[in-house]
Amino acid sequence: MRKIFLPLLVITAALFAYSPYYINQAPYESTMLLVQKIFYYHFATWMAGATAVIVCGVASGYYLFKGSVVADRVAVATAELGVIFGAFGLISGTLWGRKAWGTWWAGDARVSMALVAELIFIGYLLVRKYGGPGSEKLSAAMGVFGAATAPFIYKSVDWWRTIHPKTSVMSSLNDTPGGVIMWNIVLFCTLAFMLLLTVVLAARMRLEELRADLDRLYLEAED
Amino acid sequence: MLLRTVALTLTSFVLTTGIALAQAPAGQDEFVPLSSLPPGQELPAAPLVLASYASFLLLMMFYLWTIWRRINKVEQDLDALKRRQGAASR
Repeated sequence: MRKIFLPLLVITAALFAYSPYYINQAPYESTMLLVQKIFYYHFATWMAGATAVIVCGVASGYYLFKGSVVADRVAVATAELGVIFGAFGLISGTLWGRKAWGTWWAGDARVSMALVAELIFIGYLLVRKYGGPGSEKLSAAMGVFGAATAPFIYKSVDWWRTIHPKTSVMSSLNDTPGGVIMWNIVLFCTLAFMLLLTVVLAARMRLEELRADLDRLYLEAED
Repeated sequence: MLLRTVALTLTSFVLTTGIALAQAPAGQDEFVPLSSLPPGQELPAAPLVLASYASFLLLMMFYLWTIWRRINKVEQDLDALKRRQGAASR
């Protein structure tokens, strides 16, 4: 990972530098006009956040049942990233909703469940930091259940019809010429966010490795 | 330590509950054309779009800075411990 870290970082920075220009080229959506441009980062951040929490859930489960230390490090790093991407998803959604729906907070099933998932992962990090010995296993259980909310959040807009658009809105983008441009920009931004997730995850994993080295040295010094 | 945890948890709770309680505005009885709205009520989109992208940039910069700071701190602790161990073994 260390060999490809720098090239990945450069590619990610280049994609993010180009993204505002590319988003500016997207056609306006007929009812929301300019404010709809929030969508490109909003969707991409939720994709990255969902990936982070699902990886956290899988790694937490693996740590619980197999006791893998590496899986535990992946879990704690992805939980933190899930909180960061989730926070931006909630902020951007709130700003978009203020103009598009006339309210800062719609309080429908999706946004409420997303907020609950965000709180679960903030809880994960609090337990991890202040829980004392054995908090790894407790937080791992929280990680598994936190990740289990992801598919419910995704499907909530289909199951409980509210002001939030259904999941089919994405597949309908390809039906019109302007929609194809929008779809390409969505894919571009999603790729940028996925690369950002990978790069930051690598840096965060490095921090966990260093902390493990420090703990090992302290234990050796005590012996 | 406990006080910090309690303060952090309470702050998170107050902030998130405040957002959750902010419900949608009450419905109106008739359509109001955009042109008849007073200037103060016409909400421009550009500041919201800018705020969204700026918040992402700031949030990510802050997060990357915290990772960089934490890595530096652990590396300093590692170096100090290695030096202490080296001095003790001599």
